[in-house]
Amino acid sequence: MEQALNGFIRALRLAGVEASTAETIDAAHTLALVGYDSREALKASLGLVLAKSETEKSLHDEVFDRYFQVVQPAPPAAEGAADAEEGGQPPQGTTGDPQIDALMSLAASGDGQGGGGGAAASDQARAQVNRAATEAGADEIRFQTQTSYYVQRTLERLGIQALEGRLVDLLNQSSAQAQAEAQRLGAARDRLRRMVRAVIDQRYELYGRPATEQFLTEVALEKSLAQITNADMPRMRVAVARMAKRLAVKHSRRRRVQLRGQLDIRRTLRANAGRDGVPFDLVFRYKRRDKPRIVAVCDVSGSVSAHVRFLLLFLYAMNQTVTDLRTFAFSNALHDCAAPLERLPFEEAMAHILREYGGGGTDYGAAFERLEQDYWDTITRQTTVLILGDGRSNNTPPRLDLFREMADRAKRVVWLCTEAPPRWGTGDSYMLKYLPFCTHVSHVATVTDLERAVDEVLEAY
Amino acid sequence: MTTHPPRGSRATAPAAADSRVPAALSSVEAITAALASVGYIATRQISTAIYLAQHLRKPVLIEGPAGVGKTELAVSAAKCLGFPLLRLQCYEGLDDSKALYEWKYGKQLLYTQILKDKIGQLVGEKDSLRDAFGKLSGFQDLFFSRDFLEPRPLLQAMEQTTGSVLLIDEIDKSEEAFEALLLEVLADYQVTIPEIGTITAQVPPIVILTSNNTRELGDALKRRCLHLHIGYPDAALERDIVRARVPGLSDRLLQQMVAFVQGLRAENIRKPPSVAEAVDWARTLLLLHAATLDEALVRDTLNVLIKRESDIQVLDDRVLPLTKAALEGQKKGA
Repeated sequence: MEQALNGFIRALRLAGVEASTAETIDAAHTLALVGYDSREALKASLGLVLAKSETEKSLHDEVFDRYFQVVQPAPPAAEGAADAEEGGQPPQGTTGDPQIDALMSLAASGDGQGGGGGAAASDQARAQVNRAATEAGADEIRFQTQTSYYVQRTLERLGIQALEGRLVDLLNQSSAQAQAEAQRLGAARDRLRRMVRAVIDQRYELYGRPATEQFLTEVALEKSLAQITNADMPRMRVAVARMAKRLAVKHSRRRRVQLRGQLDIRRTLRANAGRDGVPFDLVFRYKRRDKPRIVAVCDVSGSVSAHVRFLLLFLYAMNQTVTDLRTFAFSNALHDCAAPLERLPFEEAMAHILREYGGGGTDYGAAFERLEQDYWDTITRQTTVLILGDGRSNNTPPRLDLFREMADRAKRVVWLCTEAPPRWGTGDSYMLKYLPFCTHVSHVATVTDLERAVDEVLEAY
Repeated sequence: MTTHPPRGSRATAPAAADSRVPAALSSVEAITAALASVGYIATRQISTAIYLAQHLRKPVLIEGPAGVGKTELAVSAAKCLGFPLLRLQCYEGLDDSKALYEWKYGKQLLYTQILKDKIGQLVGEKDSLRDAFGKLSGFQDLFFSRDFLEPRPLLQAMEQTTGSVLLIDEIDKSEEAFEALLLEVLADYQVTIPEIGTITAQVPPIVILTSNNTRELGDALKRRCLHLHIGYPDAALERDIVRARVPGLSDRLLQQMVAFVQGLRAENIRKPPSVAEAVDWARTLLLLHAATLDEALVRDTLNVLIKRESDIQVLDDRVLPLTKAALEGQKKGA
């Protein structure tokens, strides 16, 4: 009982539900209370105890169904008829070897559809196979290619060697009786193999796939953004959403900062009016923290498009915390991205932005000019201007005067540069010219860098 | 509460309560039935949550969109169990003096004034300051005793002897600091008052917290709670709910209006109608003696369902097809 629960919780954790030890103990209490009688009741109860958000609930239900599924290997249709005939009646004629007999009856009851075997017998058989799989270390399975290996090891645990040895012996004899028995043994071996395989497949789905998935995500997060392939994208989106959520939680918490020691006289008097103005309760002044206001200005020329995608993915995943966000994209002319991002799903909007606004030589000066003409009032004392780009402007005028004015208007100017510091200022790079006016410049190469940069921006509020 | 033993001694083990579990809490089905008897149609999830809350002694944190019956669950549970409901509405700036307890300063001051002479007499016979102080310190607990304590909802819930339902409503509206304050109450069902000691619940209350998810709650809080998510109900369940709340509505109209509301939720609008709005709409239709849905009727009463002007505008040209779909769905059903 406890072991089943442990395995379940392990599978849950691998799937991304963060069940703590305390919750595990609660789950054990729940199990003792509810029992295994009703599958639906158990599912509902464990869902209440272990999953603590809507997404966790759906993960939990998925893992629950997979973990407590009925392992029923379906025999192919052609064999089905023959099997049913055989499965119903007890194995005719014993082989004399108790170990082989046990396996034969296990194989017969495991198939379980025949009325004779009954649900109880097949439950027992399943439990036996599951136990053998655990003993064979199938919980450690990591890759799908290991399946055959674990199937073999589990079969060995069940004692398949004796059966196979006898099968070889029989096949070498030519009598009709021996051939018939060999056929029966062969069929039983195939059935056993199917049963075990189903169990191992289930273990892989529970333990192997999530673990591999986690590993690949970890690798992808540290991978240079420019090298991220399309195959990585779905995984990255999930990971970015998770990181953004974490950041959002961190930054949505403290909205007020108490100014220690500064008495709020007016409110103190009001609070103590009932006590004749004798100040029993002191009320201190506090400062309300500004909501983050971010203006993101992104270079969308070819070399940095992957970075833009992830930065925007980040910022838009945090739309609960960062409610005031303006996004502009430019290569040679600056455009407001609000319309496509609102109208289209994120991926399509990104494609649209990169297609329509990208291309053409990058011109930082022209972008800042346009920003000044049309959108200058979006930048106020509360705004953080986030610039994403490599700072390479094709030898066009950098308009440092405008940049400086922007830096004066804004709360902070943060430049996320896609190039490593040694390359700043080489060739047509204006990074070193812009650098003195920025509050902060950091080099972003991976998603983890981006997370740190966004965290840093929000920290200032 | 007349006599009060000295500090700390009121801690009684909460375990003795088991024998007194009301029959309505003995099984999940019994809870569903009891809730239905007061007009609350519960899903299996909801009843299971209440069942586990009672038997595992854990608070239930309910999340979900506004108007799906989160608060109503606590009210209905209290009603059907015959327990008193203690309600704590959370807001920004809620602190321990509003949630836990407060000293009755006024009464304390008044008593000091009245007893001035008595104190003068007591102290008068002492010669030195030290003696007088010693004499007084023997009485100091007098002013910080239960007589001067104003219990607020959390403490009140601890003091109930019959069992109770404690509703902590919209916990997400309060601050992080308040969550920390709740932890002791939620985990151990006790309140610690420095001057008096720890007060443990006579009978652990059924605690229900609701959240609209305007802010992510802390892990510490979530870990101590069972987590129940109530979403929008499916058509069959919603029909049951509306029928229970608005009994006079004809089956035909009921089916049509629920189909319409369900269709509306699939539209791309900012604030989809929830169960509360569906019930209001059903009442409206009943009041207007409507026999069947039609476009004009829906247009006239849409503002009962949809509370945002921009949403109503978005839906302007969707009303007709949605109404048609609702009517057709019924024909197919019949």
